[in-house]
Amino acid sequence: MTEFIQQLFNGLSLGSIYALIALGYTMIYGILRFINFAHGDVFMIGAFSGYYLGIVFAFSTSGGFTSLALAFLILIGAMAICSVLGLVIEKLAYKPLRKSPKLTILITAIGVSLFLEYTGQLVFGADPKSFPTLLENKPIVNLSGAVIGSNPLVVLITAAILMLVLRMIVMKTKIGTAMRAVSFNPTAASLMGININAVISFTFIIGSSLAGAAGILYGLNYPSIDPLMGILPGIKAFVAAVLGGIGNIPGAALGGMIIGIIETFVTGYISPTFRDAIAFGILILILLFKPTGLLGKKEVEKV
Amino acid sequence: MKNTKILFLISVVLIFGINLLSDYINSYYYQIIIYAGINIILATSLNLINGYAGQFSLGHAGFMAIGAYLSASISTYFAPSLLSIFGDAVIGKAIWFILVLFIGGVGASIVGVIVGVPSLRLKGDYLAITTLGFGEIIRVVIQNLDIIGASQGFRGIYVYDNGVKSLEMIPELSGITYKFYSIPQYTDFFWAFLVVAIIIFSITNLIRSTYGRGFIAVKDDEIAAEAMGINTTKFKVTAFVLGAFFAGVAGGLYSHFVQYINPEDFNFLRSIEIVVMVILGGMGSTIGVVFAAIILTILPELLRDVQQYRMIIYALLIIIMMLVRPQGLFGIKLQKKKKITPEQPPKATLKD
Repeated sequence: MTEFIQQLFNGLSLGSIYALIALGYTMIYGILRFINFAHGDVFMIGAFSGYYLGIVFAFSTSGGFTSLALAFLILIGAMAICSVLGLVIEKLAYKPLRKSPKLTILITAIGVSLFLEYTGQLVFGADPKSFPTLLENKPIVNLSGAVIGSNPLVVLITAAILMLVLRMIVMKTKIGTAMRAVSFNPTAASLMGININAVISFTFIIGSSLAGAAGILYGLNYPSIDPLMGILPGIKAFVAAVLGGIGNIPGAALGGMIIGIIETFVTGYISPTFRDAIAFGILILILLFKPTGLLGKKEVEKV
Repeated sequence: MKNTKILFLISVVLIFGINLLSDYINSYYYQIIIYAGINIILATSLNLINGYAGQFSLGHAGFMAIGAYLSASISTYFAPSLLSIFGDAVIGKAIWFILVLFIGGVGASIVGVIVGVPSLRLKGDYLAITTLGFGEIIRVVIQNLDIIGASQGFRGIYVYDNGVKSLEMIPELSGITYKFYSIPQYTDFFWAFLVVAIIIFSITNLIRSTYGRGFIAVKDDEIAAEAMGINTTKFKVTAFVLGAFFAGVAGGLYSHFVQYINPEDFNFLRSIEIVVMVILGGMGSTIGVVFAAIILTILPELLRDVQQYRMIIYALLIIIMMLVRPQGLFGIKLQKKKKITPEQPPKATLKD
């Protein structure tokens, strides 16, 4: 039983990281109706931003930073870097193609993804780097005797806060309302005076900053990072977004948690070799039996 | 149609003739030529799926892996019986090789059906990522199959006189005589380019036929094609299965050339490489894709000094291509539905 609780907790912690990435996929899909394949690599850039910021800040740690404040600063820094990156990708690669066939945009997204991965390999080096220990991982024993780490707990809490903030932005602010309007009907939204381009840029900024945060949280939990690390979490987060119903924000969060828990249980109880194949299995099943996802709505294709 | 048949025969004779000269070619260049042939097969077969039928698949390396492993394992595990049936003569080897290539292709196309029927209900992005997923699943399964070497790769098998077959030498059987059957190196210029000629000939003829127009109809407008009575699912699956078959054959040619295969040879990047060939050549243009396959086989060799930039160059090639010339170097333009303006009268007129 205690092992079960530990696994469940680790699964939730991993799932919250997937959920943060999945939110970016699902928001961009909601607005532009295309899958940003490069999103997983934005996540990778987030982790590397944390790595280099950590090195830079490490020289000034004697200046009285508590390690929690330092970690917070690095988190914000990585989010800022990633949001700029997301904006640049959108402006340079996707915006000129807004009226092109979907296939063209899809191929471009794959190109952007490869570009980030291999430029990363060139700039950062291909070998794995160890992510700086931002916070000490203290074991916490709870009532049932299960031992959980403090870092996974920090990850879970941070992810939950970020998701709540996102929820506030989307539901309560003016730009959030505009995002929902564009997602619902872009033409009508632009007729109502909404600046579509601004909304798209904002969506990329928000989505990419969440991926950046996920990168830091990932580094906190699994401190080995490399330029190709974004591929698998990216695909798994995409599966999470599809599982929850692509375009649906609470769905992405739910899907991420489910994928994280399933993956942890498969690794723990069945075999770690099938860890990476399981996400694809889930994807295929969900697309066959409920392609709209758990919380998604059916869309009718108009002729 | 007559012309293409004659052309096909001429090319077969030419390939046979050139093959006789292959001893005079530097082995490094020879290897590049064979790889170019295999890449042409892979790219043109993917072009049938991605280009002509418009179903974006990202898992082609998976089918290649199945063909490579299936044919290689038959050529090694059944080597003693195959030798006793077909003998060691040229004809026997040829029949043997055709047989294993065919089985490899059929194996890949069976998996193609299994993958295609469910996933071809999906479109665009979903299809791409599902095929990517299937490709990875195939690789993970191979990585866990000990009988074909798992993640260690597959070179051949040791057959002991007492009937034990093993991938490694067994210390306990040190007294017993054994024979090592490696994957035979049957692929040469003739076989590789014979398949190239066959695939180019059959795809060209298929696309020009009435039946083959169905693929293009499915690509151009699925709903309209369906309204015209085309069974779109059947056409999509057919394209997928045919493409998988040739990818399997290409895999067989590959394994019977390099004589050592590893699951990592068939990873996601391999699929991407094939996709880049198709995109560069132009989706839906066989000639363009053939040229692109040749260029992208030679280019990495020329760029050997700047190896680390190779994938970056590929990536930039994809992005710039999509921004500047999305139809590829030779491709047919992908476009949205054209509106017929009322001012223009229809060009074709019926006389009679």
